[in-house]
Amino acid sequence: MINIAPVRKKLTVNASQSRAFAVFTADMSRWWPASHSILKSPLKECIIEPHVGGRWYSVGEDGSTCQTGYVMVWTPPQALVLAWQINPQWQYDPGLVTEVEVRFIAEGAETTRIELDHRCLERMGERAAEARDAVDSPNGWDKILESFRLFAAT
Amino acid sequence: MAYQSAFLALADPTRRRVFEELRRGPRPVGVIAARMPVSRPAVSQHLAVLKKAGLVRDRAEGTRRVYYIDPKGLASIRIWLDQFWDDTLLAFKRELEKKDVT
Repeated sequence: MINIAPVRKKLTVNASQSRAFAVFTADMSRWWPASHSILKSPLKECIIEPHVGGRWYSVGEDGSTCQTGYVMVWTPPQALVLAWQINPQWQYDPGLVTEVEVRFIAEGAETTRIELDHRCLERMGERAAEARDAVDSPNGWDKILESFRLFAAT
Repeated sequence: MAYQSAFLALADPTRRRVFEELRRGPRPVGVIAARMPVSRPAVSQHLAVLKKAGLVRDRAEGTRRVYYIDPKGLASIRIWLDQFWDDTLLAFKRELEKKDVT
């Protein structure tokens, strides 16, 4: 069993707790980096359906969609936990659940501290091992490399 | 940066094919070379680069050396995600703090 430390991020924003939560969730299309999409078509929208079990997905300009995960915890305006189900082959994988928890902590009327944890990353390795023989994707690494390239270019 | 060395190591198509062969399971150099259009010494060199990038490890099995994918190579995925969230949250902060133009 491999353990991988969670990715942890903290930042403070000049916005109220409720506005920070609303922009993060309802307005994700306005800020999610367009380069960070696994759709073939340019990214048009990023949607989080605002309830537990709601889908988290992106929509391309050609109308194609790709799911990223789903809502596990929904407690506006304090916190949400999203399932991130993109595997190291850069594909949506319903059998994989890694967790992204985002907490919005009010530090003042117009100041909010945001803490993000992306955890259970070791599941990517377990899943990759399980999927290795069943689903051998010849394009897997090409897609990852393309993503690296896009990422490096931003 | 580990993700950069992993990126560079896998940028070469032949090397990527060597790596793909190991996705099927641990293999000695000869078995990999038999399935490739390149020489055995060339495969050894590719394996050395993959090993240096932290993507592949090796162990002795009797008189031969067997190569396998380093499960800790997932660290490069973690580093990638770490940077991904830095970038994404910065974009979020910029949008949130944008002055109203109306």
